[in-house]
Amino acid sequence: MIPKLRIAALALLLGTTPALAQDKVLNVSYDIARELFEALNPEFQTYWKDKTGRDVTIDQSHAGSSKQARAILEGLPADVVTFNQETDVDVLAKNGFVAENWREAFPNGASPYYSLPAFLVRKDNPKGIKDWNDLARADVKSVFPNPKTSGNGRYTYLAAYAYALQQPGATQDSAKEFVSAIFANVPVFDTGGRAATQTFAERNIGDVLITFEAETQAIAQQYADQGLISITPPTSLFAAFPVAVVSENAERNGTTEVSTEYLNWLYSPQAQETLAANHFRTTDKDVSAKHAADFPEVKLLNVDDVFGGWDKIQSEHLADGGILDTVFVNR
Amino acid sequence: MSSVTALTHAPGQSRAVPRLLIGLAFFLTAIFVVAPMAFIFWRAMAEGWGAYVGNILDPLTLHATALTVLVAVIVVPINIAFGIAAAWAIARFRFPGRKLLVTMIEIPFSISPIIAGICYLLLYGRQGLLGPLLADANLKVMFALPGIVLVTMFVTAPFVAREVLPLMQAQGSEQEEAAVTLGARGWQIFSRVTLPNIRWALLYGAVLCTARAVGEFGGVSVVSGSIRGQTNTLPLQIELMFNDLNTTGAFAAASTLTVIALVVLVVKAALESRR
Repeated sequence: MIPKLRIAALALLLGTTPALAQDKVLNVSYDIARELFEALNPEFQTYWKDKTGRDVTIDQSHAGSSKQARAILEGLPADVVTFNQETDVDVLAKNGFVAENWREAFPNGASPYYSLPAFLVRKDNPKGIKDWNDLARADVKSVFPNPKTSGNGRYTYLAAYAYALQQPGATQDSAKEFVSAIFANVPVFDTGGRAATQTFAERNIGDVLITFEAETQAIAQQYADQGLISITPPTSLFAAFPVAVVSENAERNGTTEVSTEYLNWLYSPQAQETLAANHFRTTDKDVSAKHAADFPEVKLLNVDDVFGGWDKIQSEHLADGGILDTVFVNR
Repeated sequence: MSSVTALTHAPGQSRAVPRLLIGLAFFLTAIFVVAPMAFIFWRAMAEGWGAYVGNILDPLTLHATALTVLVAVIVVPINIAFGIAAAWAIARFRFPGRKLLVTMIEIPFSISPIIAGICYLLLYGRQGLLGPLLADANLKVMFALPGIVLVTMFVTAPFVAREVLPLMQAQGSEQEEAAVTLGARGWQIFSRVTLPNIRWALLYGAVLCTARAVGEFGGVSVVSGSIRGQTNTLPLQIELMFNDLNTTGAFAAASTLTVIALVVLVVKAALESRR
């Protein structure tokens, strides 16, 4: 015990002591990806050792991805980012830390895995919630985090809005009205996704929790004794989990090669298996086919197609006085 | 309210009022302090002893514990030295800006730690005032141990000074002057006269400082970068695991933090009993 602590303390004092022939990657990631990368990283370490004969250490940092982007701008020496918000990678790109065309650097818009807003309902689905229009019913109370503070909540807001726009004869006004009806029945707006989960699962508030499908499935499993059911609506919105090499740091640290390989490896069948086991939808055809039973068919809308990209969403929907504010006010 | 009224109306008449107040104090302590603490340990043990020990000895949690202790070991002695020096200067000398110095020392009390964190980030961060300079010299301050130590030092700076200062002012300098007339030199005066006089205030200040240093969350969260196994302190590790829905792990780590705090208090009590 004590020698162990001493070594740890010594290592702390001396800072990072690079061992010989040792590669090192700092993966700066979003707040709830801890267990995911705890599962993935040892697999990559074995892969890298087999391929190059070198050892690689992967250090993980987890916090809200906007906070992480800010920290990288201020000097957090990330070699790669694995985020859950494209806009946060864009911030890095605008400041020259990530290549301008980062979306083209890796397949599938640099999103090795993805998810979509889905529903988690109470045992036996007593309110019969199947699709987005059920959320607008007066007798259905929805729980999701505040779209003003949470990227997760933002996706829920946008998915509901996109769904409304798909309906026959839809206009911007009918979409606003639809989303307002959902917002009117939200008992609590938590600041983040995990807090909303606590509200729904621990405090027993609401009829339906809306969050990423990866979460609804994981929570349904974790709270199996409550009989919660994950429901994927027929239509939803593609939620990217973007990755990028922070070239600014990687070049200085001499880690560009291993960093790029690390992110590429996330697309390999081996990594995709682990991702699928963690309830994420995968890009590898074989892996996706194998897990097809776990992921219901869904028509996925795309942010670019429906809203014309994140910049437009920012100015039209999320900015002060934007559509999101009017939906909140009408509540 | 009613009990307070009763006391002012009928002083010393009934023994019911003191009993009521003592009972109330015990009751409130029990529900606001003892119950949550007991709950921490109960929740940490929810999956049995084996799981509890496993959670405590998890390498990353262990590292977070070591880092937190290391930060306290660096910060507390510096703050003790600073606190004594500042209190001594303020209590014994009259100089321009003395009042200002007292106010400045108290600033960390009134400022939220997260503001301290952001200030340090804006000063030492890559885009900050000193950032380019530090980067050129290849010195890592933010998102490394120095940043965590700096912010913790800022947050805990007033504790020792604020405990020692009133005592020094109340005691005056007669004893030290007497020592001088008896031929004692600077260091002798300090170790034989000044220090023994202030030791209990100093101890209490150090205890508060330690407790605050190991528990610091907001400011450190801004400057740590949360790199697991490197810059994640115990409070940050607890938050991380709690957000991960790893409640047992979070409470196990929380119990370690509580134990550190309890050990500090026990040491203080033990020293005091030798008084």
